[in-house]
Amino acid sequence: MSEVKKLTKQRPKFLDLTAIRLPLSGYASILHRVSGAGMFLMLPLLIWLLELSLSTAPEQAGQFAQITGNIFVRIILLGLIWAFLHHFCMGLRILLIDVHVGVEKQQSRTTAMVVMVVSLALTAAFGLKLFGVY
Amino acid sequence: MGRMVVGAHYGLKDWLAQRITAVLMAIYAVVIFVAILCGVTSSAQAWRDFMSHGAVQFISLLFILSLGYHAWVGVRDIWMDYIKPTSVRIMLHVLTLLVLVGCAGWAIQIIWRL
Repeated sequence: MSEVKKLTKQRPKFLDLTAIRLPLSGYASILHRVSGAGMFLMLPLLIWLLELSLSTAPEQAGQFAQITGNIFVRIILLGLIWAFLHHFCMGLRILLIDVHVGVEKQQSRTTAMVVMVVSLALTAAFGLKLFGVY
Repeated sequence: MGRMVVGAHYGLKDWLAQRITAVLMAIYAVVIFVAILCGVTSSAQAWRDFMSHGAVQFISLLFILSLGYHAWVGVRDIWMDYIKPTSVRIMLHVLTLLVLVGCAGWAIQIIWRL
């Protein structure tokens, strides 16, 4: 390990999270991670709902309606809808950057903004459906 | 001499796997969304008929396996970035694997017994 230390340049460190200001793409990137983690944590809930939705037993169908009718579950589902949409849009942005599309500074800003706006707008559209507005 | 060999050489493989599984899942999501627009969730029976179709079971299986691998790479990276004590990190890796393998088995069983 001592040899590694000698080889590694001592770089200045600045890790004050409250003072660091990121470009929008930085926040979009962190939200990609947060949304992924959220979906991972809620995976059992989603599989359980899938199971109930496909069940032929009438009591399970009733259970599905009961659970998805709960306001707290609906708020979690709304969060998961946003998480999926943000992860999806940001994933497309990452794939585009992989093929060198949107690498320039201004383009990168624009696509990060598009990811944020599109995922929030679609969340609103699906959210209104979730809460039975239409 | 003096060069420290680090890493397990899974970087490129995982980078590629993350992209392939992402594309598969994105296509699946669009297919399911279009199917819902076409009315496969109009009734419980229609939903079961759709999900029990052979082709849908096939792509659902690919989706579940893709999700399991994709989530493994992603969650493992989170632990590697933030959890410094090796013992805690390894424990979280194992726990993540167990949860993902269990969830994948559970989901496959739901789709496959239809």
